[in-house]
Amino acid sequence: MLTYDFEKPIVELEKKITELQKYADEVQIDASEELQSLQNKREIVCKQIYDDLTPYQRVQVARHPNRPYTLDYINMICDDFVELHGDRRFSDDQALIGGLATIDGRQIMIVGHQKGRDTKDNIKRNFGMANPEGYRKAMRLFEMADKFNLPILALIDTPGAYPGIGAEERGQAEAIAVNLREMMGIGTPVVCVVIGEGGSGGALGIGIGNRVLIMENSYYTVISPEGCAAILFRDAARAADAANAMRITAKYLLEFGIVEDIIPEPIGGAHRDHELAAKLFKEKIVKHFEELSEMTPDELRESRYQKFRKVGVFNETQEPE
Amino acid sequence: MSLLSRLRKKKSAIPDGLWIKCQNCGEIIYSKTLNEANKLCPKCGYHYIFSARERIALLCDENSFVEQDKNMTPGDPLKFVDSVAYPERQARHSKKSGESEAVVTGTAKMNNIPIAIGVMDFSYIGGTMGSVVGEKITRLIETAIDKKLPVLISSASGGVRMQEAIIGLMQMAKTSAALYKLKQAKLPFISLLTNPTTGGTTASFASLGDVIIAEPKSLICFAGPRVIKQTIRQDLPEGFQTAEFLLEHGIIDMVVPRPEMKETITKILCYFLHLPIEKQNEENSSKIES
Repeated sequence: MLTYDFEKPIVELEKKITELQKYADEVQIDASEELQSLQNKREIVCKQIYDDLTPYQRVQVARHPNRPYTLDYINMICDDFVELHGDRRFSDDQALIGGLATIDGRQIMIVGHQKGRDTKDNIKRNFGMANPEGYRKAMRLFEMADKFNLPILALIDTPGAYPGIGAEERGQAEAIAVNLREMMGIGTPVVCVVIGEGGSGGALGIGIGNRVLIMENSYYTVISPEGCAAILFRDAARAADAANAMRITAKYLLEFGIVEDIIPEPIGGAHRDHELAAKLFKEKIVKHFEELSEMTPDELRESRYQKFRKVGVFNETQEPE
Repeated sequence: MSLLSRLRKKKSAIPDGLWIKCQNCGEIIYSKTLNEANKLCPKCGYHYIFSARERIALLCDENSFVEQDKNMTPGDPLKFVDSVAYPERQARHSKKSGESEAVVTGTAKMNNIPIAIGVMDFSYIGGTMGSVVGEKITRLIETAIDKKLPVLISSASGGVRMQEAIIGLMQMAKTSAALYKLKQAKLPFISLLTNPTTGGTTASFASLGDVIIAEPKSLICFAGPRVIKQTIRQDLPEGFQTAEFLLEHGIIDMVVPRPEMKETITKILCYFLHLPIEKQNEENSSKIES
């Protein structure tokens, strides 16, 4: 598994544990006490490191190739899933998928960005960067959910909407813009979760929820830290500075009122324990759907509107009459 | 003046020297001539960037514009510092542009038709959208709903303002949400795209017009040409992301030169508001000539 420089103490302890285990097996001695104490130490070190991650380190964790993706969560938390395909206009975008799903007996619509685990899969999934047809498929499914009274779960995990020639020719900007406007009209509960990368308009394009949640080691940003560094700091290598400056991590997003809740991850990140990550994820989304279930369609629309209406920081002096 | 700054000056989009060289055709133009001709190159018709006030003067009937929210100024929610601190950048651009933010909004009359109008100004931090732009545009749309007015927004924008990060990004949602309410109220929204309109501005209110009009040769895009080139590692097609390219691909309704803009928009509004067309034009023909 890919590990980062800042995880070196964890890696070393894990190595020690493996070696001790191997040695104990070989010479057939009981090392369980020592092993337990090493395990405990590993937990403590892991927790310390992950509690103190810098924003850019969290970006790296959010991009970890073993991090659970949309289909992983679907497989782990849904009793049933029927994938639906296509935007009825151009094609079926494999970077933004969706379908009908059942979670704990609750029938919902799930839409989410999908990344690939290896190169071949990533080419198919376009690294989780959707084209206009992806956003149009998402909107088709949102409208379907509205029509048949199904709550919506939208999973956000994209570096950004795809910046390509075809995407521009087919109206990438319009596809996203229409979603921003039309998601306001949905009369069923919408819960959005940033499960990995929340890359700008590409994330927001499926991100108009009554509740917007974020996983502990995810980020949500207007531009990638590398992009911001290249433009404002004139040096792409200063991505860590840009990540600090833009306040892109869960803690700040909660403080700014952009997200309503943070979903905790297993110690050492969701990529270290998919099952536990899925369990923690499921608990939170069920809770939020439960809370929203009593609201009428009009209340849902209005509260969603107000959530976004109030965002903004500015100064205003009274105009003289 | 150093050679470097002299070169820089030559390259600038709206030079303040006496004579300038057209960046499109190379014609040497007397700057006063350019200003008197709606900032169009007299030889090739190239559209130079217009300020918000110049566009308001072009589109609104004389003395009809009543500005709203003009005392709204940006905050600094993130205490953002890049090469300069954000408040200092605000102060510099305020001085440079003469505007307190990147959009001017209000109500006005266009050939006697009352409208709600918002005009972005590219010279204030590249016309980027932060909280003030988002709030002023949202309030403009709310004013239109309240007073039952059609909305016209002229965009010129580098996208969402990075210095306001996620709070800036959310202005895309806020403005688009307001347009959801405008749509429910069945009021017209004309979106005018000018050079350049990019990023999050294009991916929100600017692309949501009932009718979308662009000025000739304007750069209009979601992702900028440099970003696309870096991603796909290919050369971009000739004329890619120009207004004409967008027209060809069905993204916008029409490309309209600046001198015809007011009459074109008026005519469209007449259809939406069921007003007689010729009468509007006759009544105002004298004003247009002056």
